[in-house]
Amino acid sequence: MQVVDVIFYAFATITALAAAGVIRSRSPVHSVLFLILTFFSTAAVFVLLEAEFLAALLVMVYMGAVAVLFLFVIMMLDVDFATLKEQALSHLPVGLAVGLVILAEFVVIATQSQAIPSTAAATAAPVANTLAIGRVMYTQYLYPFEVASLVLLVALIGAIVLTLRKRERGAKRQNISQQIARTRAEAVELVKRQPGEGA
Amino acid sequence: MSLQHCLILSALLFTMGVMGIFLNRRNVIIILMSIELILLSVNVNFVAFSHYNGDITGQIFTFFVLAVAAAEAAIGLAILVSFFRNRATIDVEQIDSLKG
Repeated sequence: MQVVDVIFYAFATITALAAAGVIRSRSPVHSVLFLILTFFSTAAVFVLLEAEFLAALLVMVYMGAVAVLFLFVIMMLDVDFATLKEQALSHLPVGLAVGLVILAEFVVIATQSQAIPSTAAATAAPVANTLAIGRVMYTQYLYPFEVASLVLLVALIGAIVLTLRKRERGAKRQNISQQIARTRAEAVELVKRQPGEGA
Repeated sequence: MSLQHCLILSALLFTMGVMGIFLNRRNVIIILMSIELILLSVNVNFVAFSHYNGDITGQIFTFFVLAVAAAEAAIGLAILVSFFRNRATIDVEQIDSLKG
C-alpha cells in the first residue's frame, strides 16, 4: 500500500462521511458546512487524479460561491426548520432501501467491469494540467465554452428577475420618462412682482 | 487507488444524494444540496475516467458540469426565495398550486 493509497482512502472516507452529514444533520447551516467539507475532500481526490485545475475550480466556485449562496439564503429566509424535520424519519426505510439498491448496483458494475485498461502511466501529461485543458478548450471545445458562458448569463439575469421585487409603498422612485416629457410651460412659472410687494 | 475505487467513491456520493432527496422530502434547501452531491459524483466519474484513460476531454466536461451546476444552484435558490416570499414556507408539500 503506497502513500497515495492511504491519502486517497482518507479523503474518500471524509467525503463519504461529510456527504452523510449533509443529508442527516439537524440544522441546514451544518448541512452547508458539511457540503463545503465534501467539496474540499473531493478537490483533494481530484488533485490525486492529476486534475489540479478542476480541484482549484471546485474550491473557488463551490466553496467560494455556491456554498456562500446557500448560507445567504438560509440566513435570509426566516424558515421554521423544526417543522420541516418532523416527518423526516418516516421516509428512512424507503430512502435506505433505494439507496442500498442503487449502491449495490453501482458497486457490482464498477467491480465487474474490466474493459478499460489502466493507461495512466503511459499517457502521463507532459504539460501542466491547466495548459492541457486550455489547449483543448479554446480550440476543439470553443463553441461549447461560449454556450456555457451564455448559460451563466441566463442564470445571472434569471436570478435577478426572479428575486427583484417592486415596492408599492415606501420608497419614492424616479419616473424618468415623465421627467423627460416635461415642457417648459408646465415646469416654470414666471411671476411679475412690483418692488416692495414680494415675500 | 484504481479506477474501481474512484467509481465506488462516486457511487457512494450519488447514493448519498438520492437518499438525501428521500430523507428530506420537505426541505427544498437540503434537496438542492443533494442535487449538488449527485452532480459532484458525476464529476468524480468524469475525472477518474479522464485520468485512467489519459484523455483530457473528461475534465473539459467536468468544467461544463460545474458551470451548469452553478447556474442551477443560483436559479434554484432564486425560485426558493420568491416562493418563500409568496407562501412563507419552503415545504415541498406546499408547492401544489398547480394541482388540478
